[in-house]
Amino acid sequence: MLERNNHSVNRNVKGRLWLNTIMKTAFLSATLIGLIFLALLIYRVLNQGIGYLSWDYITSFPAPFPEEAGIWAGLIGSIMLMVIVAAVAVTIGVATAIYLEEYASKNKFTEFIRANIQNLAGVPSIVFGLLGLTFFVYMFSVGYRLLAGGLTMALLILPVIVVASQEAIRSVPNELREASYGMGASKWQTIARIILPAALPGMLTGTIIALSRAIGETAPLIIVGAATAIYTLPDSLLSKYTVMPIQIYNWTGRPQEEWQYVAAAGIIVLLVVLLMMNAIAVGIRNKFQKRL
Amino acid sequence: MDKLLQSERTQLNIQQLIEQKRQRKSFAGTFEKVIPVFLFLCACVSILTTAGILFTLLRESIGFFSEVNIVQFYTGTNWSPWTGEFGVAPLIGGTLLITAIAAIVAVPLGLMAAIYLSEYASDRVRRTIKPILEVLAGIPTVVYGFFALTFVTPILQSFIPGLGIFNALSAGIVVGIMIVPMVASLSEDAMNSVPNSLREGAYGLGSTRFEVVTKVVLPAALSGIISSIVLAISRAIGETMIVTIAAGATPNLTFNPTESIQSMTAFIVQAATGDTTYGSTIYYSLYAVGITLFIFTLLMNLLSQYISRKYREEY
Repeated sequence: MLERNNHSVNRNVKGRLWLNTIMKTAFLSATLIGLIFLALLIYRVLNQGIGYLSWDYITSFPAPFPEEAGIWAGLIGSIMLMVIVAAVAVTIGVATAIYLEEYASKNKFTEFIRANIQNLAGVPSIVFGLLGLTFFVYMFSVGYRLLAGGLTMALLILPVIVVASQEAIRSVPNELREASYGMGASKWQTIARIILPAALPGMLTGTIIALSRAIGETAPLIIVGAATAIYTLPDSLLSKYTVMPIQIYNWTGRPQEEWQYVAAAGIIVLLVVLLMMNAIAVGIRNKFQKRL
Repeated sequence: MDKLLQSERTQLNIQQLIEQKRQRKSFAGTFEKVIPVFLFLCACVSILTTAGILFTLLRESIGFFSEVNIVQFYTGTNWSPWTGEFGVAPLIGGTLLITAIAAIVAVPLGLMAAIYLSEYASDRVRRTIKPILEVLAGIPTVVYGFFALTFVTPILQSFIPGLGIFNALSAGIVVGIMIVPMVASLSEDAMNSVPNSLREGAYGLGSTRFEVVTKVVLPAALSGIISSIVLAISRAIGETMIVTIAAGATPNLTFNPTESIQSMTAFIVQAATGDTTYGSTIYYSLYAVGITLFIFTLLMNLLSQYISRKYREEY
């Protein structure tokens, strides 16, 4: 049908088809610009940074000379920060999602919580930094310490985790719930033994994506005082700390050109960590996708 | 005799068992009642966060406005906090300049990519390109900032003579690239939800694909597209690191994109990294700028939600 139609149009209105072809090319090139930009970015960073990347670089502390500087403090700091963020944000986020999906009745208050989460997701990250500065750094007098940074970041990614977990819980078929109730299980037993295990892959995927967003965030951590020069690793929740993006930001801001290469090497490490996290997320999604 | 004892013992055991069972049941009962309360409290954290943000911003900016006249703050055109000049216009101007450049880059690119992916691309092409495009959204902004400063700016300098190392143009372009995936992805969702029967109707009348796109799909998906653009612009307003790194730190009320500017977010970073003592006027000015930024993005987010709700097409 369509082909014959196209054929007659082809004979009669070449101009319109020609316009179609031109626009198709334009649309395709617009799509490719993004991809080319990405390729350039990666090429540029690899080109600049790979020469500085070595085992020494990964295991060295910041130093006054570019040849000696390394990302060790930032790498370990980022990982420790993620542990805190994951512990806090996953607990609260999953609990919120369970409440909203399984317990909450449809009333104004529930609607308010939902709208509120949606709005929180649109608040600029730097405003979360100001929140953390007032509450965690000064009011609860945590100071410029790991814990303050972790709590601030946990609040920042909370909306993402809630929304992802809600979707995961919603996608568990109702038959499973009814079967569980039919066996005489209570509501919490149904949630803990049936729904959560079934929703786990979805939740994990969402959580990892949220965490990988947090690992690249810089602005809020600058506000709540991640340090730039750290020569020891954090050993408690109240240690001073730094993270990879802060190190990169610090190196980028220095005038001598060598620091650019150090920053680029740091970016490679950061991107590799991100890539690994995303690979895990994709892996989980593919492995469990067709189970339900 | 022995038998009697034995039966007595079993009886006792059974009674104990019943008692145990009852206790366990009542424990489980309390558990069932406590859990929802705990879950509810966790759900309240998000509300507490919002309340905390409002409380923080309001309390500290009230402290600021007791020292600096609020009218002067919003009408003044000179921002140099270290000499006591607090007129926020240059920061707002810088933010809007960056946002405008970003929108000029992101809206056409994002929209065209969305059209290509939703209307022209085959399923296989879409499944390959879309995730790669979304990688762009996952790249840390500090990396974009580095890229803008060390790559995009030198390229721009080669054909714009007199372009400074720090300039609004380079930062704005890169912010625009950063939000392309957001426009593309959300607009594509909106176009995908346009039912095929509409397209087939148009094809049946002899339209080309491009005509179907411009006369059927775009109008039908318009509310979703506009709300995605508004959301992306809100993201650009709040963007921090790219602007901080690549646009410099010159509070400058200008519409010339080749000059160095400072955005609201970049000032907050600058003041927080400098030696700002707790309780000083500059410290409070962080929050006055913060609440201005917050109001801007909140309005954009509400607008986006309003558009997508109000003008949702029913098919």
